[in-house]
Amino acid sequence: MSADVTTPAGQFPDSAGHFGRFGGRFVPEALVAALDELDAAYRKAMTDEEFLAEFAALLRDYAGTPSLLYPAGRFSAKIGARVLLKREDLNHTGAHKVRNVLGQALLTRRMGKRRVIAETGAGQHGVATATAAALFDLDCVVYMGEVDTERQALNVARMRMLGATVIPVTTGSRTLKDAMNEAMRDWVANVDDTHYLIGTAAGPHPFPEMVRDFVRGIGDEARQQCLDLTGGLPDAVLACVGGGSNALGIFHAFVPDTDVRLYGFEAGGDGVDTDRHAASITGGTPGVLHGARTYVLQNADGQTVESHSISAGLDYPGVGPEHAWLHDSGRARYQPVTDREAMAAFELLCRTEGIIPAIESAHALAGAVQIAPQLAAELGREPLLVVNLSGRGDKDVHTAGEYFGILDKEQ
Amino acid sequence: MSRIGVAFDKARADGRAVLVGCMPAGFPTVEGSIAAMTAMVEAGVDVIEVEIPYSDPVMDGPVIQKASDIALAGGVRTADTLRIIEAVAATGAPVVTMTYWNPIEQYGVDAFARDLAAAGGTGLITPDLIPDEAGEWLAASDAYGLDRTFLVSPSSTDARLRMTVEHCRGFVYATAIMGVTGARSQTSDAAPVLVSRLREVTELPVGVGLGVGTGAQAATVAGYADGVIVGSALIRRLLDAPDLDAGLAALRTLSAELAEGVRNPTR
Ligand SMILES: Cc1ncc(COP(=O)(O)O)c(C=O)c1O
Repeated sequence: MSADVTTPAGQFPDSAGHFGRFGGRFVPEALVAALDELDAAYRKAMTDEEFLAEFAALLRDYAGTPSLLYPAGRFSAKIGARVLLKREDLNHTGAHKVRNVLGQALLTRRMGKRRVIAETGAGQHGVATATAAALFDLDCVVYMGEVDTERQALNVARMRMLGATVIPVTTGSRTLKDAMNEAMRDWVANVDDTHYLIGTAAGPHPFPEMVRDFVRGIGDEARQQCLDLTGGLPDAVLACVGGGSNALGIFHAFVPDTDVRLYGFEAGGDGVDTDRHAASITGGTPGVLHGARTYVLQNADGQTVESHSISAGLDYPGVGPEHAWLHDSGRARYQPVTDREAMAAFELLCRTEGIIPAIESAHALAGAVQIAPQLAAELGREPLLVVNLSGRGDKDVHTAGEYFGILDKEQ
Repeated sequence: MSRIGVAFDKARADGRAVLVGCMPAGFPTVEGSIAAMTAMVEAGVDVIEVEIPYSDPVMDGPVIQKASDIALAGGVRTADTLRIIEAVAATGAPVVTMTYWNPIEQYGVDAFARDLAAAGGTGLITPDLIPDEAGEWLAASDAYGLDRTFLVSPSSTDARLRMTVEHCRGFVYATAIMGVTGARSQTSDAAPVLVSRLREVTELPVGVGLGVGTGAQAATVAGYADGVIVGSALIRRLLDAPDLDAGLAALRTLSAELAEGVRNPTR
C-alpha cells in the first residue's frame, strides 16, 4: 500500500485524545457511547490487514493516489525557492479530502451503520462524502451554511447529483461552524444508525487522531517522493490550515525530522489585526469549540466570533487540537496569509504552471512566497519547499473570476 | 445538604416531583428575563434553571437557539447572568445554572464558581462537560460548595452511569430522549428505563428533561422521576407572544399547568 497507516503516532494524543492541554471530549454524554464505538472500530481497523488492504486499494484504484510530487519550475523561479507541489488536486473529487472520507466510509460499513452525515464549508468535503456514500450505498445528508450554499452553488449541485440531501443551515452565522452544530444535533438524535463523517482533523476524540491517520498518506508519500527526487528531505513543508486535515496529513511523516520546518498558513482575511479573518491560532485564544479544547476565535465571554476568509474551506473559527499543540510545542509555525496574498499566489500558479489551485491551497502557495526570502537568507542557499496543493480550483472559478474582475457583466 | 437537595426532599415528602423551569439569561432582555423567571416562581415553578446563552449550543433545538441568539444580540454578558441569578435567587427559589463549557473556561473556572456561589446560585448543569474532562470544575465546586449536575443518556453504559452519578451532587439530569431540546408531542419510553437504571446506582434525585411541554406530560414524568425539567415549551410562550406582558401571562398559565402536573403524578 502507499501509506503505512499502522506506524504508531508517537506520544500524542493520550488515550483520551489529549494533545497536551488540547483536544479531549467536550460533548454531550449522549455521544460518548458512539465515540467509544468509533474509537474501538478505528483502533481495530488500524491493525486489521483486511481493512488496511481495502483502504489501500481504494486509495490507489479509486482515488488515484499516490498523488504526484511535481517540481514546479516556473513557479520556483518566480519566488526564489525550489518548490515541489504535492498534487492532491489530482485526486478523485479534486482534493485531499477523499482520503479521509474513504477511510471513514469503510469504518461506517464496519460499524453496520447505514447513514452518514457531514458538514461542509466549501462543499469539497460534502462532495467527497456524497461520493463515498454513493460508492458504499449509504444514505447521505450534508449540512451546509446557507451563505456557503450560495457561494458554492456548483458543489451543491454535485452533491445532489451524487444522491445526497443538502440541508442549508440558517442558524447563527450560516457558515461552516453552524453546519457543524446542525450535524452534531442530527448525530445526537440519530446516533444508532448514523455516522458523523467529520471533514477535518477537529472535533471530539477520536476524530482528530483518526482523520490524521486517514490522510497521513499525503506526507508518507511526499517524504519518500522527495527523497527519490532530490536525495534528501526538504527544508520546509507547507500547507494551509482550516480545520487542519491537509496540513496534518502532510506534516505527520515529517514530525520526527526535526530539521524539516513545518509551516501552517491560516486564512488572514483582511488581516489578523482586523476583525475579518479566520486565523484561529495566530489570532485566537485557547477555548472549547465543537468537542475539543483548541484555539478559537472568540470574545472575552467565550462566544465564538464569526470568521472571514475568501476561501470557504478555511472560513472556520477553530482548528484541530493537534495543531494547537504543534504550535505550543514550537514544532510547527503558524502564520496568517491575507486574501490578497492568497489571490496573488493563486494567479501566479495559474500563469506560471497552468494549474488552477483551490483558494485554500493558494494560502500555502502564498506562504511559500512569504518564507522563501527569509529561509534563503537563513540557509545561505535556495530552499527546498514541499507545498501541499490540497485541492483544485474549479469550484473557485466564480469567486476568483469576481475577484479579478474577469467575468462578463451578465454572469 | 444543598438547597436543591432540600427542595427535592420536600417534594418527595409531599408525594410529588419538583418542577424545574428553564430560561436563557438575558432573553428577551436582562430585565425581561428576571421578570419571566420571577413570574415562573410565582406560578409554581420550584427551581429555576438559568441558561447562559452561548453562540454554539449543540444540545439545543430551535427554540432555545433562537432565545439564546436574541439574548446575545441584546448584548448579554456572563456578568449579567450572575446578576440575573442573584435577582432570581432573591425570590427564595433555588437557582441552578445551565451552561456550555466555554463561557465558564473564559470567565475562569474558579472565579466563576466563586461569583456563582456569591450570587446565590446552587451549582451548574453542564451539557457538554462530562466528568472525564471536569477536573477543574470538580475542584472549584468543592471549594465553593456548589452542586454538580452532569447529564446521563439512554445510550450511557452502566459503567458510565455509575461513574457519572459518583461525580454528581444535588441531582442528576437524565436526558429522556436521544436528541436536542424542544417540546415533543410524546414523552419517551426510554426515560423510565433510564431512571430505573439510575435507581440501581444512586440515591440522588433524578431530574428528567427534553421534550416535556404540557401538564399531562409533566404528570407522566412525575410518575417515575423526582424532577421534571421544562425549557422550550416555556420559552416558546415568550417567543410567540406579541409583547412581554402577554408573554408573562402565557408563561404563568403554562407554569401553573405544569405545577399542577407534577402534583398529580401518573403512577
Ligand atoms: C482544497 C482544500 N484544502 C484545504 C481545506 C481546509 O481544510 P483542512 O484544513 O482540514 O485541510 C479545504 C476545506 O474545504 C479544501 O477544500
